[in-house]
Amino acid sequence: MAKKINELMKNLLLTRLFIRELKKERRKIFLTVAGIAWGTLTIILLLSFGQGLATQMLRGQKGLGNNIVILYGGQTSIEYRGLPQGRPVQFFEEDVELLENSIPEIDNIAGEYDAWGAVYKYGDKVVNERCRGVSSVGYEDMRSHFPQAGGRFINENDIKYRRRVVFIGWGLKKDLIGDEDAIGKMVFINNIPFTVIGVMQKKMQMGMYGGPDENVGVIPSSTYKGIFSRNRLSRIIYQVNDIDKSEFVNQQVQRVLARKKQFDPDDNNALHYWDVIKNTKMTRQAFTGITIFLGVIGAMTLIIASVGVANIMYVTVKKRTREIGIKRAIGAKKATIKIQFIIEALLINLSGGFIGASIAYGIIKAVQSIPQEGADFGKNMAMQILANPEFSWTVAISTGTILGIVGLLSGYFPAKRAAAVDPITALHYE
Amino acid sequence: MIKLENIRKVYSTGKVDVEALRGVNLHIKKGDFVTVIGPSGSGKSTLMHIMGCLDKPTAGRYQLNGQNIQHLNDNQLSELRNREIGFVFQNFNLLPYASAYENVEMPLLFAGVGGKKRKEKVESILKKVGLADRMDHRPNELSGGQKQRVAIARALVNDPNIILADEPTGNLDSTSGREIMELFVSLWEEGHTIVMITHDPRAKDYTEKVVTIIDGLIES
Ligand SMILES: Nc1ncnc2c1ncn2[C@@H]1O[C@H](COP(=O)(O)OP(=O)(O)O)[C@@H](O)[C@H]1O
Ligand SMILES: [Mg+2]
Repeated sequence: MAKKINELMKNLLLTRLFIRELKKERRKIFLTVAGIAWGTLTIILLLSFGQGLATQMLRGQKGLGNNIVILYGGQTSIEYRGLPQGRPVQFFEEDVELLENSIPEIDNIAGEYDAWGAVYKYGDKVVNERCRGVSSVGYEDMRSHFPQAGGRFINENDIKYRRRVVFIGWGLKKDLIGDEDAIGKMVFINNIPFTVIGVMQKKMQMGMYGGPDENVGVIPSSTYKGIFSRNRLSRIIYQVNDIDKSEFVNQQVQRVLARKKQFDPDDNNALHYWDVIKNTKMTRQAFTGITIFLGVIGAMTLIIASVGVANIMYVTVKKRTREIGIKRAIGAKKATIKIQFIIEALLINLSGGFIGASIAYGIIKAVQSIPQEGADFGKNMAMQILANPEFSWTVAISTGTILGIVGLLSGYFPAKRAAAVDPITALHYE
Repeated sequence: MIKLENIRKVYSTGKVDVEALRGVNLHIKKGDFVTVIGPSGSGKSTLMHIMGCLDKPTAGRYQLNGQNIQHLNDNQLSELRNREIGFVFQNFNLLPYASAYENVEMPLLFAGVGGKKRKEKVESILKKVGLADRMDHRPNELSGGQKQRVAIARALVNDPNIILADEPTGNLDSTSGREIMELFVSLWEEGHTIVMITHDPRAKDYTEKVVTIIDGLIES
C-alpha cells in the first residue's frame, strides 16, 4: 500500500514535469485540443437536442392523452348471422360500463359526447365553441385535462347529481372571461347557467380531434344529456397504463363489442381505434434509433479528432527521442515514459472535452432560456420542440466515457513506441 | 566494485556485424579514478555503455557491486542507472526546456524522493559545482563549462557508486576543460569512483590508472 502511494506520488511529480514539457508544443496542442473540443461539442449538442426533441414529442403526444386509445364506431363490412353489412355501430354509456366490467386491464374509461357550436355567454361576451360531456372523472388524467391552481376537474358528485358545472380550456377562458379569475363565475351555455369550476393548465398538444383542447368546455355527461338531449356517444376513450398490454386490450374490446353489437369479430371496419399508445411506442423507438445514430456520428467525430491527437503524439515521440534517451539514461523506467505520453494524451483529450462540454452547456442553457410564449398550438410549437435541448447525465457520462477511451487509445500507441526507444540510439539521435 | 570478464559486444547492422569489444577484462575498485584512452572507433563508448547498464554485452560476465547484470530486467537496470551510476556525456545531454535546477532534480523525481529533501539536495549539489547563481537558467543560457557542471551535478545528485564520463571535456575550450578536469579530481579526492574516457593528453597527470583500448581490446 505504502509502495502504491509512493508510486502515485512519483507519478504526480512527474505529471508536473510533463505539463512543463507540453508547453513546448503549444501550437500543435492548441489544434488538437480544439479538435477534441469540437468533437465533444458536436456529440453533446447532437445528443442533447435529440433527447430534448424526443421529450417534447412525447410531451406533445401526451397533450392528446396519456396511454389512451380513442375508439370510434364504424360500419360493419361483413355479413354476420344473417345481419347485412353496412350497419352503423353506435356507442352508449352502457357500452362503456360493459367494457369497464369485462376487461380488468383497462385502467380508466370514459364515454364522450361532442356538441359543435355551443353558445357560451359571460356578461356581454358571446363565444361559439365546442362543448363536451364526459362520463368519468378518469378523463382528467386520460386526456391531460389538469386544472390550474384554485380550480378542479369534474368529480363523481358532479356526474351523479347532474351538476351544471363546467371545466374550460385556457383559450376559451381568455376569450370569454378575459383576465379575471374564472373560478366560481357564472357562464351560460345555450342559455343555461353553469358555474366554472376549473381552467385547464396550458399544455402542448400535437394530436387532436375536433380542435385543440384549449378552446373546449367540458361538463358532466349526465348534465350534457339533459341539455343537448342526446344519448349517443361520439367516442369512447380508455387508458391502459401497462402499455405492453394495449394490443391485447384492443382485441378484448373488439371481442366484447362484437358480441354486444352483433358483428363479426374479424370485421375491421366495425370499430376504429386511434391507438395513441402505439404512436407513443413508435415515437420512443424512433428516437432511440435517432439517439443511437446521433451518438455514432458524434463518436465518429471524436474518434477522428483523437486520431489527430495520436498523430501529434507520434510526431512528439519522434521529436523527443533524444529526451527520452536522456531520461532513460538517468533512470526513467519504460513505464514512466509510457505513463508520460498517456497522461499527455489524456490531458489533451480531457481539456478538449472540458472546453467542448462547457461551450455545449453554454449553448444549451442559452437556447433553453429563449422565452417561449405559452404552450399554444401553432407557429411556436416547432420552436418548442426544437429549442428544448436536455443536458442529461446520460449524455455527459456517455460523452465522458467515449472521450476517456478515445484519449487512452490515442495515447497508448504513441506511448508504447516511446517506451520502446533504445536509449543508446536515442542519445546519438540528432 | 566493477568486474568485467571477457566482455564481447557485436553490433549487427543488417549486412555486416561489427565486433566493437573483443574480450575485455577490467577491474575497478572503489575510489579508483580510471581514464580510458584510445583511438576513435576503438570501442570506448561501447564499454562505457555496458558499464553504465545502458547496453548489454553479447557475451561475458559483468559484475557491479557483486551483482550479475545479465540477470536483471529492464526495470532493475533502470533503477541501477538511477541510483548507482552517474553519467556525464560529451554533448551534455541536458533537457533543453528545463532549468539547471530542474535538470538536476530529474533523477530524484525518478527515484521518488520527496519534495523537501529534493530541494535540499539539488541546491547543495548545484552550490558544490559552483552554479548557485545559475539555478534558474536554461541550458541555452549557460556556457559549455557551466552546462557540463549541471550534467555533473545531475550525475552526483543520487549519490551514485560510480561516475562514468564519456569525453566530458571534448566539447569545451581548454580553460573550461581544465576546470572540469579539476572538478573531477576534487570529486575523486572526496572518495568518488570515476571512469573517464578522454583524449586529453594531460589526463595521465591527473589520474592513477590509465586503460588504453585499441580495436576492441585493452592494451596492457
Ligand atoms: N549502435 C551501433 N550500431 C552499430 N555499430 C556501432 C554502434 N555503436 C558503435 N558502433 C561501432 O562500434 C565501434 C566502436 O564504437 P565506439 O564504442 O563508439 O567507439 P569510440 O567511443 O571508441 O569512438 C565502431 O566501429 C562503431 O562504428
Ligand atoms: Mg565515443
